[in-house]
This record gives sequence, structure tokens and C-alpha cells, in this order.
Amino acid sequence: MATLQTRASARLMMTPAVVLLLLWMAVPLAMTLYFSMLRYNLLMPGMEEWAGFLNYRFFLTDPAFLTGLLNTLLLVGGVLLISVGGGILMALLLDQPFFGQGIVRLMVIAPFFVMPTVSALVWKNMLMHPVNGLFAWIARTFGLQPVDWFGEAPLFSIVMIVSWQWLPFATLILLTALQSLDTEQKEAAEMDGAGALSRFIYIVLPHMARAITVVVLIETIFLLSVFAEILVTTNGGPGVQTTTVTYLVYVQALLQFDVGGASAGGIVAVVLANIVAIFLVRLIGKNLE
Amino acid sequence: MRARLLAMMTCSAMTIAGVAQAETLTIATVNNGDMIRMQKLAGAFTEKHPDIELEWVTLEENVLRQRVTTDIATKGGQYDIMTIGTYEVPIWAAQNWLVPLDFAADYDVDDLLPAIRAGLSMDGTLYAAPFYGESSFVMYRKDLFEEAGLEMPEAPSWDFIGEAARKITDKDNEVYGICLRGKAGWGENMAFLTAMANSFGARWFDMEWKPQFDQPEWKEALQFYIDLMNDAGPPGASSNGFNENLALFQTGKCGMWIDATVAASFVSNPDESQVADKVGFALAPDKGLGKRGNWLWAWSLAVPAGSQKTDAAKTFIAWATSKEYSALVAEKEGWANVPPGTRTSLYENSAYQEAAPFADLTIKSIQAADPTSPTVEDVPYVGVQFVAIPEFQGIGTAVGQQFSAALAGQSSVDQALSNAQALTQREMEKAGYPK
Repeated sequence: MATLQTRASARLMMTPAVVLLLLWMAVPLAMTLYFSMLRYNLLMPGMEEWAGFLNYRFFLTDPAFLTGLLNTLLLVGGVLLISVGGGILMALLLDQPFFGQGIVRLMVIAPFFVMPTVSALVWKNMLMHPVNGLFAWIARTFGLQPVDWFGEAPLFSIVMIVSWQWLPFATLILLTALQSLDTEQKEAAEMDGAGALSRFIYIVLPHMARAITVVVLIETIFLLSVFAEILVTTNGGPGVQTTTVTYLVYVQALLQFDVGGASAGGIVAVVLANIVAIFLVRLIGKNLE
Repeated sequence: MRARLLAMMTCSAMTIAGVAQAETLTIATVNNGDMIRMQKLAGAFTEKHPDIELEWVTLEENVLRQRVTTDIATKGGQYDIMTIGTYEVPIWAAQNWLVPLDFAADYDVDDLLPAIRAGLSMDGTLYAAPFYGESSFVMYRKDLFEEAGLEMPEAPSWDFIGEAARKITDKDNEVYGICLRGKAGWGENMAFLTAMANSFGARWFDMEWKPQFDQPEWKEALQFYIDLMNDAGPPGASSNGFNENLALFQTGKCGMWIDATVAASFVSNPDESQVADKVGFALAPDKGLGKRGNWLWAWSLAVPAGSQKTDAAKTFIAWATSKEYSALVAEKEGWANVPPGTRTSLYENSAYQEAAPFADLTIKSIQAADPTSPTVEDVPYVGVQFVAIPEFQGIGTAVGQQFSAALAGQSSVDQALSNAQALTQREMEKAGYPK
């Protein structure tokens, strides 16, 4: 049992770390807030002046902003749907005993280790390219017109690439959950005459609920900031069809060198991410209790 | 024994002193063929200047631009020499971010091509030295033209280009009449489209800095481009930039390609191009209004004002952009690979003219482009395929997105133009124009 003195000394010793961590977060956030109120363009030195909410007004009324917001949500939603749905199917498959299981499992997780830029380049130039790509070659073999993926279905193409990367993660987590399921339960249900589908719906799925929640939460955090795939393949286009909020902030910061505008965009993104987080925790966070 | 030890110690002490004196120049550069070649040949420089060491930071064009711009604007001081283009030089020089360049007499500043030199100077002072310069022109397949019974004039019109492109298109055999840039970006599709629009009589701004996308000239230019690409362009054109089109042309999939003159040495190099012996060249097309649709660009070396090693940096720049360097490349790799477009003397050299069949049209194209008067009507800005104001990188890319969407069939020409007009208006208001 801790005495009053040891508790006090523990607090004292923890203080530097806590203060450091606070500063680590607070200083950048404060600076971003400060910059977001300035007219501050890197290319026009010496012109910094207080601008109030001007940057916010311009960012929020940007014609690309609403599209960006919608695209972000579509991207996150699409990838979650594919990776969780696909992940459940893959986990069920991989849970079956079959020859070469170890190697197959290793290959299934492989995409997760490929860097986003590299995988985007491979998808763009070797798979989805309408002249030289594999998909175009397959289409032509069957006498079909090749699809110009990034021109005709840009957002869908990005969702595909990102899903391909996150599917292994979902599969892995869901597979571990599946393996922790007690076989006796399943056997008992089988003896009671439950079909495969009802066994899945009433036993397997509820058992995986917690793992699914973890996957959804973690993926959402990372998917809200998907960037490399967009930059490499479509550059946010054509038009603003694949522009997300993150990409808009990038445009402000590194194409226009508008630090003020980018900071305002960053703050807006933080607020939006928090709204999504609250919504998620309310909706599915119950599973974690 | 003792004497020997002493001698050895003195020796090593001297080496240490020697190393301590050597200056290391950090050079930020772009990853294209000519620059990579310079890095390979830089041994010749360090041999002559043992007190200078070189450290390279080689980056892709867009990344380079972001790095050097943030570095110079925040006074980071990471680089002693930066590779920048004709867009940056006047803007940065006006901010006093660059060191004025003065060279010894044997550098022969007057030998630099006047158009390029003017683009890199402010008030007569040179702020960056051109490593290579380029304009744009038409590259075409002589064999396809012959088959179709067409003959390319030296100075074609847009109407002829359109007609010819449609005639030689053979989609079943994957031969597309014309490949043009479609990937959004101020240095990608907008470089081509702005230069093209100039020849149609369009311009970015009028003298009051009012955007001009609502004018009929832009509509005509953009409509022509979209129709042409739909009829005779390759699929997926909206994501094709310089490199993508280069690959398409080299593998024989394009009948024509209008792009940078530096591409000429790549498409006519038999090691890289399957159509090397079939390539012909012509000037960029016009519309009979007195301006051709070709641009002007130079990748140049400059010293940022924050550098502590100005003298060593100038020494290196003088070497890399000298006649001596050209001769070195010619000796090691052949005349056709000498960095083009910077010096008059190169184009008077018969060995070069013989080795580079595109030399004559390259120089004509460069001379035809005038950054100070790029359009049919007057404009308040400098620059052929860009507007030399800091806001242009952002605006140019956003407008490029709209045009690329129109090319992908995601929006109409009218929609793209009215969006472009609105967003340009908005950004100019935010930046406080007219100034």
C-alpha cells in the first residue's frame, strides 16, 4: 500500500514526462491555431498580418470543400465495407484446415507490408493502366473495351487500392478472434440442428463483434488521412472527384504555400475527425465495454 | 624510426587539415536524364577543385519544388545550390532570395540565348544560370504520315494537326493520332494548354487582372483540345503527363506528340525508343494569329541568399553551365546528349547539328517564344506557359483539375470553364489583386 510520501514522490517524478507530453501536443496545436488566424503565405515574406477568420471562411467556402468532405466519407465508408466484409469471408476461409495454410496466410497479409506509394504506383501503372495494364490486357483478350479506371471511376479505383491494403489487417484481427471461438459451442449448435448460416449469424458473428469494432475504429483513424494513394494516382482529380479534406489541406500547404489557409484546413479536419470519433464511439463503442 | 613516425604524423595532420578546409556543397536537383548525367560527370569538377565536395539531393520535379520553396521561404539553409525553373527565378529574385551571379569573362555570358537569359535575369542581372533550356514542338511519326499520304509542313496549323491526327488514328492497332498532356498540374496539362491557348488568342488575365476564362477564345481552344483528344487520343489521357506520353510515343502508340523539345533526344535514341528512326519534327502549331503554341522553360542553377558557401557554389555553377561542360559531355556521351537550349555557340557547332536532327527546330522554337509578350493581346504578366505570380502554382493546378475533368468526360467544356473562372476570381480576390 502506497504511503502519502511515496504517492507524492511518484507524482513528482512523473511530472516531467507529463509536462513534456502536454507540450508535445499543445504547442503544435496552439501554433496551428495561431497560424490559422494569420494571412501567412510562404511566398510573400514580410506580409504576415492578422486575418481573423478569413482563412476559415475561404477554406469552408472553397468549392472543393463539400465534395472533399463527401469523398472522405465515401472513401472511409467504402473501404470499411469492403475490408470488414471481405475480412470476415477471408477469415472464415483461412480458418478451414487445408494444405499450405501457413504460406497462404503469409501471402494474404503481404499487402499490408507494401508501402502505400509503392502499391499505388503498381496499381496505377501495371494493373489499372488503360493501355499497358493487366486489366486492360484481360479486357482486350475477351474482346472488350479496356476501362480507363482513373478517368471513369476515380474514387472507386482509390477505394479498391486502399481496400486491398487494409483487407489483410482486417483479416488478421478477425482470424484471431475466430480462432478463439470455443469449438464446443459450435458442436453443440450443430447437434441441435442449426444450419451453417444460422451458426454463423448467431454464434460466430456475435463472437467477432468486438474484433470488428476494433478493426472499424483503427481503420477509421487511418483512413481519414489517406493521402499517398491519391497523390500518386489521380492528384485529387479529375476535377475534384478524388479530392479529400486531407488532400485539400495539402494543396493549401504545398502547392499554394499558404500556411494560414492550410492551418485553418488542418483545424477544420481535426474538428471533423473528432465528430466522426464521437459518433463512432457512441454507435459501436458499446461493444468494447 | 622516430623520424618516420614523426613524418607520418605530420602527413596525417596535413590530410586532416586538408579535409577540414574542403567545403561541401549541397545541391538540390531534379531527377531527369541530363541532371543525372551531370552527377556522373561531376568527378571532372572535383578533380580540378579538390577543396570542394559535392553532395546531391535528387528529387522528382514536384517534390523538388516543394522542398526548395519551403527551404528558401523559411530560411532553412539546407542547400547551397538549387535547381529551379524560369517560373521561380523572377519571383524569388524580387524577394532577394537569390545571390546575383557574376562570372569570369571566359564563361561568356553573351553566348547564352537571349530569350533564356532574359527569363533568368532581373534588371539586367543574372540570378540563375541555365543548365538546359527547352521549348515545345511537334514530334511525329514519318512512317504513319507517309502511309496516310500526308506531309507535315515545318510550321503546321492547328487545323492541319487535327485533321492529320484523326486520319492516322487506328484504335484497333493501338495507334493513337495524337498524345497530349492531360494530367492536372500547372507544370503538366496547364503548361501545354496555356501555350496552346496563347495561339488561339486567349489569355489568363486582362490588363486589370480579371480572369478571362469566360471569353470565346478559351472556349474555342479547350473545345478543340477535348474534341481532338476524344477522337484521336489514347484512353486514359487525363492521367498522362510528360513521362506517360514519352513512354507511349517510344513504344509506337502515338502518331504525334506535342511536348518539350528535350524529349527529342529521348525519342530519337535507338536504345530507348522503338521508333527512333521514324521520328520527324515540326514547329508547334498556330492559328494564324501570329503566336505559336510553344512554351519556354529552363532548368537553372541558383544560389540561395542564405548559403554560407557562395563562392564555391558559383564556381560549381560556372562549371556545370559552361562550354567546357558541353564539350565534356560530347566527348563522353556524344554530341546529341549535350544539354540543349542554353548557348548560341552550340547551335553554330556543325558537329552538334549533325548529331542532333532536332537542333534547328529546337532553336527556332526557343527563339519564337517571348515571355514578356506571350499572347496576342496585352497581358500584365510575364511568362509563356505560366503567369509569374506566386499564386499561380495553386490556381494553375486547380484550373488544370477542371480541364482534366473535362477531358475525362466528367464535366462539360462550359462547366469546366465557368468553374475555372470562378475559382481564379476567388483566389485572386483572396490574394488582393489587382495590386
